[in-house]
Amino acid sequence: MFLQFVSAMAVWASEPEGSSSNGTNIFDPASTPAKSIADLSVFVLVITGIIFVVVFALLVYSVVKFRGRAIEASREPAQVYGSTQIELAWTIIPILIVVVLFLATARVIHAIEDVPEPAGAVDVIAIGHQYWWEFRYPQLGVVTANELHIPVSDPARPTPTFLNLLSADTDHSFWVPQLAGKTDLIPNHPNRMWLDPHRTGIFLGQCAQYCGVEHAKMLLRVSVDTPEEFASWVQSQQQPAVDDEKVAAGKHVFETTACINCHAVKGTVASGRFGPDLTHLMSRSTIASGAASNTAKNLRLWIENPDAVKPGSLMPAMKLSDFDLDALVAYMETLR
Amino acid sequence: MSANAMVLENVQSSDRTWLETLHEWLTTVDHKRLGILYILSALWFLSLGGAEALIIRIQLIHAHNNFVSPQVFNRMFTMHGTTMIFFMVMPILFGFANYLVPLMIGARDMAFPRLNAFSFWLSFLGGLLLYFSFLGGSGLYGAGNAPDVGWWAYAPLGGRAFSPGHSSDYWTLALLVSGFGSIGTAINIIATIVSMRCPGMKLSRMPLMVWLYLVMSGMVLIAITPLSAAQIMLLIDRYLGGHFFDTQAGGSAVLWMHFFWIFGHPEVYVLVIPAFGFVSEIISVFSRKPIFGYPVMVAATVAIGLVSTSVWAHHMFTIGMNSYANSFFAITTMAVGVPTGIKIFNWIGTMWGGKIQFKLPMLFCIGFLFQFLIAGLTGILQAAAPFDWQLSLSYFVVAHFHYVIVGGIMFALFGAFYYWYPKTSGRMLSEKLGRWHFWLFLIGFHLTFDLMHIPGLLGMPRRIYTYEPGRGWDTLNLLVTIGAFIQAVAILIFVWNLIISYWKGEKAGNDPWDAWTLEWSTSSPPPSYNFATVPVVASRRPLWDLKHPEDPDSRYE
Repeated sequence: MFLQFVSAMAVWASEPEGSSSNGTNIFDPASTPAKSIADLSVFVLVITGIIFVVVFALLVYSVVKFRGRAIEASREPAQVYGSTQIELAWTIIPILIVVVLFLATARVIHAIEDVPEPAGAVDVIAIGHQYWWEFRYPQLGVVTANELHIPVSDPARPTPTFLNLLSADTDHSFWVPQLAGKTDLIPNHPNRMWLDPHRTGIFLGQCAQYCGVEHAKMLLRVSVDTPEEFASWVQSQQQPAVDDEKVAAGKHVFETTACINCHAVKGTVASGRFGPDLTHLMSRSTIASGAASNTAKNLRLWIENPDAVKPGSLMPAMKLSDFDLDALVAYMETLR
Repeated sequence: MSANAMVLENVQSSDRTWLETLHEWLTTVDHKRLGILYILSALWFLSLGGAEALIIRIQLIHAHNNFVSPQVFNRMFTMHGTTMIFFMVMPILFGFANYLVPLMIGARDMAFPRLNAFSFWLSFLGGLLLYFSFLGGSGLYGAGNAPDVGWWAYAPLGGRAFSPGHSSDYWTLALLVSGFGSIGTAINIIATIVSMRCPGMKLSRMPLMVWLYLVMSGMVLIAITPLSAAQIMLLIDRYLGGHFFDTQAGGSAVLWMHFFWIFGHPEVYVLVIPAFGFVSEIISVFSRKPIFGYPVMVAATVAIGLVSTSVWAHHMFTIGMNSYANSFFAITTMAVGVPTGIKIFNWIGTMWGGKIQFKLPMLFCIGFLFQFLIAGLTGILQAAAPFDWQLSLSYFVVAHFHYVIVGGIMFALFGAFYYWYPKTSGRMLSEKLGRWHFWLFLIGFHLTFDLMHIPGLLGMPRRIYTYEPGRGWDTLNLLVTIGAFIQAVAILIFVWNLIISYWKGEKAGNDPWDAWTLEWSTSSPPPSYNFATVPVVASRRPLWDLKHPEDPDSRYE
């Protein structure tokens, strides 16, 4: 077990330093909930590690020391049936250890779960869908998908983000290991969690509760921005969609096919909510919930044949002509 | 007693046609034959579940692999989990109970032989239903066969809206039918132990393993009934317009989780307690000492049974329970560590001062002790609820429960095979093949399941058919897959050993291990009536008393 722990640390240490994208190591926390969990983890690991070493040593000792030798095989050893004192000792000591572990655990449970929401907090409604994430900022009038933007939280003047977790269909789980433990998104069962990242950058995660065919490609990116970056991101997201005359043909395709049944583009007739809001699609670095990077080529492939990118996703193949496809992708590319 | 048994050899006429033999096996109500049928069917399902595991492992060998489609992958892990829990480990444990419990308590059969046969065939039918889904799961729909909802089929994924067709119905029926079989066998084991013990065998003189099976059977009754109830509710949802778990109509997904885990956690102990039983018998015999602290071992088992009925929601730490509920289930879960710890210490106490013989059964039990220690401690890590918010639903959990089931239960089972095979067949299993099996399986096991913890710590969720490169998961998954294949080779050697030793194995005699419980007093294999004359016992180790009249156990009890 120690080996496992040490090698996990080694993998973490071998990651390139200063890279803008963070890993998903639970022992490299960047937010208070993740940090208090990591601290508790180390405490519990040390205690169980000590138990492991002691019992392991006892086991090895008794196996080696009391191995039967062929010469004396005919004689049976002394028949011992038990000892009340010894058995009492190895009942009471574990009970004491359990009490200590429990108190440490209960403290962290309380510290994470029972925090009241402070006045400056950012509220986000996170809705799990098969197989993508919808993020709505009710105070700010922003709707986006799959890539969550939150402000960095200065410990002196904390601006934590509180997530209200809902599900549109099956169970999902929001897990960004460096920011917090996971919490499930369950239909008819709203949940809450909070993040207060201490450093900026991209934090990765993904859906952790099996939700259907494409559970594996329901990835999460959390962009932790400086307050200025966050304010400007919000400002741009609040704008209606760019209306560019040059791509009117693509817009026409979009608005006259089934696209608008599922997708919304603010300021147009498209107001579907079954799929991600596309108003500012090009402000995101990935499509299909992280399954592919957001390039014109991938967009075209995704619209033409979603199964090539994410087999089993609920986006239907649109069966458009090449001409319409090109026009549509050109339109998509203007949605900054 | 043993003299009588030797006189009465098992009468096996060899002039029967194979059809007559088959008919005999299909209609048998003999507890030993039913035990063997349970074990053979479990080995068959082990091979199916193992093949599914290998498909899973090949798919995960590197990032973005395309060995199978996501749909197939999801079916594989659903079928693997369901098969291994319900049609491999449970039946094989019932098989050992069937074979051994009557022999160990000096009875001539189980209390209800016909119920016994009925229960076995129900369980087996359940397995067939589950696998029929590969053919009939699509029903009239075009898409999908075999259930793909995960072995716990969380609502609403298992509901009609998200699982059309009949594949998950076969899952439901399989669990319902085999569940009735399990309940029947559990009742039978309890009745047998309560009412069929030979003269002199007080409850306090039963072999420890029999005690453990008594507790296990009681827990089966507690655990399986809510599962069966939930399956019936799910069927009502799917076919009669019920809304128990139908979240689109106001049903509760969390209700299903409670039902499932109220079954699911006691189930873990249903599986592991018989393994404790095998280990207790084998360590005692191969250390040449009686089990250390027998009354405490019994008490600890009963304590585990009781406490384990109040820990189920530790599978649900991530569903957003309030801090009081999380704290409650954290402490009850940690509390299970106390009686479990007592057991480990008492096994060490049994070896302490003994003369340990490193025969194959003992090797596997020593493996069990080390691995169960680690599995127990990683369990404590997850009992710390906040730590579990990171570990739950990740590969760490997958590694943890495979450590319990493979590193613990499977190792104990292999020990039990090497220990009791001579009794069932009259032949010893090959020592040479057995050592190959042991070392290969040990290496493969550790390569797979030690390393599997780490991707979990690095953020890899379970049940994903593919993953992104560059997160430190690739190499680990490759090694895990290699380990899985080493284990598969070891299992093949083991099965080959079971087959070849049946004809070529060294003759075992009645009591090859110089053991102390009643099954070793009769012939190998035992006659259909088990004992020519009903034995009378005066202590926990009747054969010790017989072999050491100058220093019998009965003097100390």
